[in-house]
Amino acid sequence: MTPPLIELSGITKAFAGVRALVDGTLELNEGEVTALIGENGAGKSTLVKILTGIFPPDSGTIRLAGDAVTIGSTVNAERLGITAVHQEAVVFDDLSVAENIFVSNRPRGRFGMVDWPKMRRQARGLLAELEVDLDPNLPLRSLSIAQKHLVQIARALSRKARLVIMDEPTAALSHREAEDILRIIERLKYEGHAVLFISHKFEDVMRVADRYAVFRDGATVGTGRVAETNTSELIRLMVGRPVDQIFPKIDVPFSEEMLRVEGFCHPTEFDDVSFSVRGGEILGVYGLVGAGRSEVMKAVFGVTRPSAGRVFVKGQAIMIGGPADAIAAGIVYVPEDRQNQGAAVKQSILDNISLPNLSRLSTAGFVNRGRERTVADALTRRLEVRMSHLYQPVEDLSGGNQQKVVIAKWLATEPKILILDEPTKGIDVGSKAAVHRFVAELVGQGLAVVMISSELPEVLGMADRIMVMAQGRVRHTFTRAQATPEAVVRAATDA
Amino acid sequence: MKAAVPLPVPPHPAVASLRRWLDGRDVALAALNLVLLFAVALKFPDFLAPRNMADILDDTAILFLMALAEMLVILTGAIDLSVAANLALTGVSVALVNAAHPGLGVAPIIAMALVMGAALGAGNAVLICKLGLPSIVVTLGTLAIYRGCIFLLTGGAWVNSNQMSDAFLNFIRVSFLGLTTLTWIAILGIAAAGLFLRFSVAGRNLYVIGGNRLAATYAGIDPGRTQALAFLISGAVSGLCGYFWVSRFAVAYVEVAQGFELQVIAACVIGGVSIAGGLGTVPGVVLGALFLGIIKNALPLIGVSPFWQMAIAGTVITLAVVINARSEGRAQGRRILQENTA
Repeated sequence: MTPPLIELSGITKAFAGVRALVDGTLELNEGEVTALIGENGAGKSTLVKILTGIFPPDSGTIRLAGDAVTIGSTVNAERLGITAVHQEAVVFDDLSVAENIFVSNRPRGRFGMVDWPKMRRQARGLLAELEVDLDPNLPLRSLSIAQKHLVQIARALSRKARLVIMDEPTAALSHREAEDILRIIERLKYEGHAVLFISHKFEDVMRVADRYAVFRDGATVGTGRVAETNTSELIRLMVGRPVDQIFPKIDVPFSEEMLRVEGFCHPTEFDDVSFSVRGGEILGVYGLVGAGRSEVMKAVFGVTRPSAGRVFVKGQAIMIGGPADAIAAGIVYVPEDRQNQGAAVKQSILDNISLPNLSRLSTAGFVNRGRERTVADALTRRLEVRMSHLYQPVEDLSGGNQQKVVIAKWLATEPKILILDEPTKGIDVGSKAAVHRFVAELVGQGLAVVMISSELPEVLGMADRIMVMAQGRVRHTFTRAQATPEAVVRAATDA
Repeated sequence: MKAAVPLPVPPHPAVASLRRWLDGRDVALAALNLVLLFAVALKFPDFLAPRNMADILDDTAILFLMALAEMLVILTGAIDLSVAANLALTGVSVALVNAAHPGLGVAPIIAMALVMGAALGAGNAVLICKLGLPSIVVTLGTLAIYRGCIFLLTGGAWVNSNQMSDAFLNFIRVSFLGLTTLTWIAILGIAAAGLFLRFSVAGRNLYVIGGNRLAATYAGIDPGRTQALAFLISGAVSGLCGYFWVSRFAVAYVEVAQGFELQVIAACVIGGVSIAGGLGTVPGVVLGALFLGIIKNALPLIGVSPFWQMAIAGTVITLAVVINARSEGRAQGRRILQENTA
């Protein structure tokens, strides 16, 4: 029997102590589509980056047609015939379709000069092979996301790829656009390529994949033939983890309604989103990456403007023209992207915590440094921020402790409604528990919390109600009693 | 198959190929240059005389070369502020060598200017591309170092025209078909830049890494090495222009080309080169430099102090940036919402 084209076994990878891959095991055969399935953060993208040579694994072996290989670099991955179509179309917007296809292997003519007519001809040939009707001269800027994906697939083919990796190519596409991609995947398989197809859409997996591999918490937890399984089985594998996290959920009596959002619309990002949250309640917002969850919350906070919809705080309609209005109304938003939106990372912990509170902490326009320190001291103690002193720059802290500083900063404003966007993403287990404990404590004090999270156990463990979003719309809202992992994933994935 | 998404209507092939060379902004800039020329000519018909046109070209030749070299760096998303200081240091050095060895021909002088300029550029390249330091800080530092070196070399003394050999002075002044050698070199430089950026892999990769550095890495292109080449060329061209400058003005001293880097960058920005990298054309930069050259030559004629030149250039740059921001702002974000029918 011929060995598989690619065989991964026992691949591990950790980033700053956080383990992204614990035991990545995978077999890919030529002429076969293998679906890689798993929740956000299960380690799929890390595996793709190892396969394409963006970074090396910490340990484990990679075999190509039976021989152990070191991929080492993106150039070498390409030489070995491994190419990837990344989830966020990684393209050059100002270059033409033809040049995007041949960006690392431009046809050359005399004196090693780029042969443009030949490049355009070959591009036209490749696009025709894919049955895609695209002018090779068009700049990528003028194309839709689906078309950009097609260009990336053509790029993969131009390099004589043996393995084509598709990282959620259909995630951001409409049904009709996705159809083109699926058709091409079937074609690649028919022509003898190995395809690794990463997707959250079970319908697509069932249709094009021959085999599946399910990843959970950085390890392969199940593999097999798609024909011998079904969607429920795959979902069960995906979410069925041992309950190794005890969530400090305290049942608090709900008080009055704190925040109500009605009919929020946006031309491209979300449509008719309504929800409400009471004091003492945690509303979990679950969905896949790109479901529009953060976009809705940013609009509530006034970072962007919805095209329609109203916001009520304690039953009173309020106008939100910008974040300052939201903060004044008692709404705060802790963004997902700590480094860029959450913290001024080069500034000290003290400065970060004082930032939104300066007017409260000052007298006659001068900041009272003593009061500033007292407030920051109390909050960092309460949140158990691990630091050497208050004047340490935030960037020196671990991810978890950075997140605590960001939350502390907002708590000092004494908000009524706290919106947390992926509060524990990419932070270590210990800090996660501290953040969870703290959120529970806040709700106990009567705050209303909206918590966006892609981590199912977190949502199921912490939330009183769960609102599931997909493709910019609210799909379902579950009560705590109704919410089973399978039902929530089903609602989020269209299964 | 039928494309699932409605495609933009493709333009006529001839129009499309013309557009590849000249975009709308270049055409507008060319028109602006013409309007400027004719406006001045209304009052001073001699301004359009071939003799005067040739003078303007000769006067702008160094700016053409320097702006094109700077464009290579800006395309990669970096900036080189040390070009004028490099020009001055190399210019003064070759002038000193010429003063010490008047018998030396022009060829060794040119070779020395190129090598010395490239070496100074390589210094920038190591700090920026290898150590990953921000180019604006590094080149601000090397700018000051190079200027300081001139002072150390000369002790503040001038190298005057009577210390320069005839060959050293005359090379760039020889006239051929009504244009000086310097102008011809600039024309050659423009053609070379056009060919390099259009037909060489290295030239294309400058757009690639400036357009999307991450994607370039994913595509197996080394951004550091590509960018280093841009700094090397920028240095070599600055060095060569150093010789041209001291020869043309027949004097070399510490303040040679003081502040000239601002004009060089201005020519790029007016010519539509995006400071963020990845966007810029040779015709655009040539027109941008020409625009500054015309203003500089026209102002004294119409009785306006040359001090106005930078103010006018500044106004045009600001306008150019506003126009760029508007035309680039339409880039579409991702769409989350889907049709209900899907």
